Amino acid sequence: MMRRLLLSLFALLLASPLLAATPRLKAGVFEPPHAAPEFSLQGSDGAELKLSRYRGKLVLLVFGFTHCTEVCPITLGTLVQARQALGKAGEAVQVVYVTVDPERDDAAQMKRYLAAYDASFIGATGQPAALAAVRASYGVVANKLATKGGYAVDHSSSVYLIDRAGKLRGMMPYGHGPKDYVHDLQLLLSL
Amino acid sequence: MKLRPLALILTLLLLAALAWGALAPLAPANRDELFEIPKGTWARRMAGDQVEILPERIHLTLGANDVLLLRNLDEVPQVFGPALIMPGQSFRLPFEVASSYSFACTAHASGQLSVIVAPHPARGWETLNWRLRVWIKQLS
Repeated sequence: MMRRLLLSLFALLLASPLLAATPRLKAGVFEPPHAAPEFSLQGSDGAELKLSRYRGKLVLLVFGFTHCTEVCPITLGTLVQARQALGKAGEAVQVVYVTVDPERDDAAQMKRYLAAYDASFIGATGQPAALAAVRASYGVVANKLATKGGYAVDHSSSVYLIDRAGKLRGMMPYGHGPKDYVHDLQLLLSL
Repeated sequence: MKLRPLALILTLLLLAALAWGALAPLAPANRDELFEIPKGTWARRMAGDQVEILPERIHLTLGANDVLLLRNLDEVPQVFGPALIMPGQSFRLPFEVASSYSFACTAHASGQLSVIVAPHPARGWETLNWRLRVWIKQLS
């Protein structure tokens, strides 16, 4: 009886990391995780871009625009460093950058812009209504603001963490460094 | 005359409680600062009620209540603070650095949610002050 009880406890201990729905991430965590909203946009590689294309990889979903001077360069630079720090495991991480400025961000512009960070990063653009629907499905805000030289877009700056099964696991607020991303990506890759 | 020993004991007890409050380390079992969208909120909003759940400014303290926990108990998805939260889902956002954080939030007229995270209170007056504020909050 006692032996059976001990074996059960041991099995429970072994299984506990698997039972935990989501590990403690540095990012904000959605609990329980739901399927990340699917979308169909134009990829910066010229092909249709659906989130499901990257099933089996961890997706870091970013919203921004190539003329962004403040938030996007820092976020993308951080993601480059995090991906590099992961080494070989970084190949299982895909950055998807969805524009909030379809007027200026066509596929070619996004490809050029992202190649300066990491050629594996992929951009997504499309019709304004389609992009607005994607933003709404993730709760992303984007507002066009007039500037001296033209306009900028004030946009949500968090990065969405989508696991290999396509579930939206977390949201990393702006300001976290590469170390925090590496921490979370390693945890999510181990699931 | 009989009151004097009693007053002395009470004073000593009060001093001991204050000393404990100031010197005992803060180790709360739960560091979550919880905000919930109750069931029926969407229906109330549709009916024209002004429903304010999340304040525009939230104050947290490292090591004490440094996790923002947002829970949607309503039947429709809700933009709640920085996230879109599905029915029955929660969003748990931990903070590790004392700072002011600003999030886009359509639930507020300003379009912003501010989270001010204070450093872990130092032992002594700061810890006592923190505990007193929590007790007062719990009593009110």
